[in-house]
Amino acid sequence: MTATTIIKQLTVAKTGNEAMADAMRQVNPDVVAAYPITPATEIAQIFSSFVADGMVTTDMVTVESEHSAMSATIGAAAAGARAMTATASQGLMLMAEMLPIAAALRLPIVMPEVNRAISGPINIHCDHSDTMFCRDAGWLQIFSENAQEAYDNVLQAVKIAEDPRVHLPALVTTDGFIISHGMETIKILPDDEAKSFVGEYKPNYSLLNHEKPITVGSIDLQNYYFEHRIPMIEAMKTAKDIIKQVGREYGEKYGRFYDLIEQYKIDDAEVALICLGSTAGTAKDVVDALRTKGQKVGLIKIRVFRPFPVEDLAAALRNLRAAAVFDRSDSLSGYGGPVFTEVCSALFNSENKPKIVNYIYGLGGRDIDIHTIEAVYDRLNKLKDAQDTGEIVSYLGVRK
Amino acid sequence: MATLKELAAQEEKFVGGHTSCAGCGYPNIFRLSLAAIKDPVVVVGATGCCEVNTSIFPYTSWKVPFLHSAFENSAATCSGVEAAYQSLVKSGKAKDENFRFVAFGGDGGTYDIGLQSLSGAMERGHDLLYICYDNGAYMNTGIQRSGATPRYANTTTAPVGKVKPGKLQKKKDLAKIMVGHNVPYVAQTIAGNWKDLTNKVEKAMSIRGPKFIVVLATCPLGWATKTQDTVKLTQMAVDSCFWPLYEVENGKYKLSYDPKDKKIPLAEWLKLQGRFKHLFKPGNENLLAEIQAEVDQDWADLKALCDFHSQKV
Ligand SMILES: Cc1ncc(C[n+]2csc(CCOP(=O)(O)OP(=O)(O)O)c2C)c(N)n1
Ligand code: SF4
Ligand SMILES: [Mg+2]
Repeated sequence: MTATTIIKQLTVAKTGNEAMADAMRQVNPDVVAAYPITPATEIAQIFSSFVADGMVTTDMVTVESEHSAMSATIGAAAAGARAMTATASQGLMLMAEMLPIAAALRLPIVMPEVNRAISGPINIHCDHSDTMFCRDAGWLQIFSENAQEAYDNVLQAVKIAEDPRVHLPALVTTDGFIISHGMETIKILPDDEAKSFVGEYKPNYSLLNHEKPITVGSIDLQNYYFEHRIPMIEAMKTAKDIIKQVGREYGEKYGRFYDLIEQYKIDDAEVALICLGSTAGTAKDVVDALRTKGQKVGLIKIRVFRPFPVEDLAAALRNLRAAAVFDRSDSLSGYGGPVFTEVCSALFNSENKPKIVNYIYGLGGRDIDIHTIEAVYDRLNKLKDAQDTGEIVSYLGVRK
Repeated sequence: MATLKELAAQEEKFVGGHTSCAGCGYPNIFRLSLAAIKDPVVVVGATGCCEVNTSIFPYTSWKVPFLHSAFENSAATCSGVEAAYQSLVKSGKAKDENFRFVAFGGDGGTYDIGLQSLSGAMERGHDLLYICYDNGAYMNTGIQRSGATPRYANTTTAPVGKVKPGKLQKKKDLAKIMVGHNVPYVAQTIAGNWKDLTNKVEKAMSIRGPKFIVVLATCPLGWATKTQDTVKLTQMAVDSCFWPLYEVENGKYKLSYDPKDKKIPLAEWLKLQGRFKHLFKPGNENLLAEIQAEVDQDWADLKALCDFHSQKV
C-alpha cells in the first residue's frame, strides 16, 4: 500500500446524529421518509433543513408513523429510487413487520438507527435491545463506536447494500445519547469525494417501466418460497467479503480501515473482552492501562453483527484462554444475551476455544465505567488458569 | 367520459386466470378502473383476496407494474412510489412519462388496519388515487367482521347466535372520513355499474393530488349470494339507498343517481343475501325496521347535504 494517497478531509465538530445526517446529505438520497423518535429525531430534523435549504434534491416524505416510513421507503426503492429513513427503539419495533419485506424484495435501503432500550418500562436511553430484536430481519447490521465511525459507516453501508452481489438493506447504529448526542471532532470527506465513493445507484428493478411491467411482492407458496429465500441467505454470506473490500478501499483512500471485527491488542493476548458499539472505546482505554502493567489483555469489537462474522471470530478467539462477551441486551431466554450465544455457537466447532462468560450491562442507559471493565479483566485473568468457569451469565452494575 | 366501445377497445391491464371466486366483485373494479386510466400507471395492492388471488407466483394478472408489500400500508407504500417518481423526474434520473399511481385495498385493509396509513397519505397530498373495494368483511381470512360490515350481518367473528343477531355496530362512513381530509375528490360507487365507476375513476385521474373512491363489491362466499348477481346486488344496494352513488368535489356533495320512486325497501336487498337470513325469522321484524329507519335517515341527510351544496354552486 502506498502511504501517499490519503485524501484530504475536513475536520469538524459533530454529534453522532449530525455526523449521520451529514453523510446522508452527501449521499443525497432520492427519497427520505421519516418519523420522529428520541434519540434519532435529530437525524431527520437536520436532514429536513438540508432539504429546505436546497442542499439535497431529496423528496422528503413526512409520514405519520414508522410503519409508513418503512412502507414508503420500500415503495420508493421498488420504484428504483435510493431511499433512506432513520429511527430508534419503538420506531424500529413498529417497522418490524416491514423490515423482512424490504430484505426479501432485495431493496438496498440504508437506515441510520440509534440504539435505545425498548419498552417496557419506557426508557429513552441506550441499550441494544431494539437492534437485537430485529437481528433476523435480513438487514445488515453495522455498529459504530463513535461519531466518526457512524459517519464512515453510513457511506460504506450505501456502497455495500447497493453492491449487486448484496442488494440487502442495512442498519447503521450508534448508541443513544452516548454517540448520538456526544460532540466529537471528526473528519468528513469532501462532498464530491463522498459522492464518488458511494457511486451511482443502479437498481435491480423498477416499477417505473410500463413497457416491461413487473409484479413485485407476489404470494409465494410451498412450491417456490424456499428457493426464493436461498439467494437472500447467500447474499448475506457474500456480504462479508463485500464489507471487507469496501472497508479496505475506504481505508486506502481515507486512512480509516474497517473490517467485520476489530481486533485490539489481540495478537499476544490471553484474555479478551468482546463488545459492540461505544463500550469498545472505554474498553480500549482499560486495555491500554492494563497493558502498561504487563497484563496480556485485548479487545474484540464486533462491528458487523449481521452478517455474523463466524469465521473471523473463531480465528480471533483461537489463541485466547478466556473471554467475556458484553451484551447490552438480554435475550430473556434465561441464558444471557444474543451476542454471547452467537459467539459461543461460532466457537462450538473450533478445536481451540477459550472459556467464555457473559456480562449483561448497561440496560436502559445504565453507565459502564473503567473500573467495572477492569474488574471483568481481573476475573478473566483468574479464569484463564481456573478449573471451574463459575457463573456463566452475570449482570454488571445492578443494585441488589 | 369514455364510452363502452372505447373502454372495450383498450388492451386489458388486469387479465383473467386469477383465482378469485366466481361472481367476486373486485376483479371487475380492477379491470374497469384501469381501463379508465389512459396514462402509464403503477398499482399498489394490499394483502387480502385482491393480492392473494391475482399474483400467485409465477403467475400474475397484472399487465401494469404492480407492488404488494403488506396489508395495512398500500397507501403509504404507494406514496413512496409516487415520491420516488417525482424525485427521479426532478433530478433527471427518470423520464417524465406522466405516470399515475393507484392503491387498492379491501375494506379491512382500508376502514380498519390501514386507516392511519391512508389518512397520512391523503393528508400529505400525494398525487395518487386510493380505491377501496368494500365487500364488507375480512373475506380472505374467512369472513370476519370489519368496520365496514353492515349492522346485523352474519360473520364468523360476530356470528348470529342465540342471543346476538350478528354484528351489532353500524358500518363506518369512510367516504365522509375522507371528505374530512379536505382532498379534492371523494366518491362512492359500485362494482356493478361500469359507467358510474369508470366516470368516477376518469374524473379522479383528471385531478392532481390525493383522491379516494370506495366501491361496493360483492363477495358471494361471504354474503352467501348467487354468483351471477354482482350487478343486480350492487345496483339494489343503490336502489335501496343503503349505498348511494355520489361524489364530493372540493368538499361539495353531489348525488350521481337518485332512485326517486324506484327506491326499494331494504329488505328486498337483504333477503337475497344469506348473511341477513336471520333477520327474516319471526320475532326479528324490529331489527329490520331499525335498519330500514337508519338507511332512510342517512339518505335524507345525504340528500339534504347535496341539495344544500347544489344551491350554493
Ligand atoms: C398485519 C396483518 N394482520 C393480519 C393479516 C391477515 N390478513 C390477511 S388478508 C386479511 C383480510 C383482508 O380483508 P379485506 O381487507 O377486507 O380484504 P378481502 O380479503 O375482504 O378482500 C387479513 C386479516 C395480515 N396479512 N397482516
Ligand atoms: S372470498 Fe369473496 S372476496 Fe375473496 S375471492 Fe372469493 S368472492 Fe372474492
Ligand atoms: Mg373485505
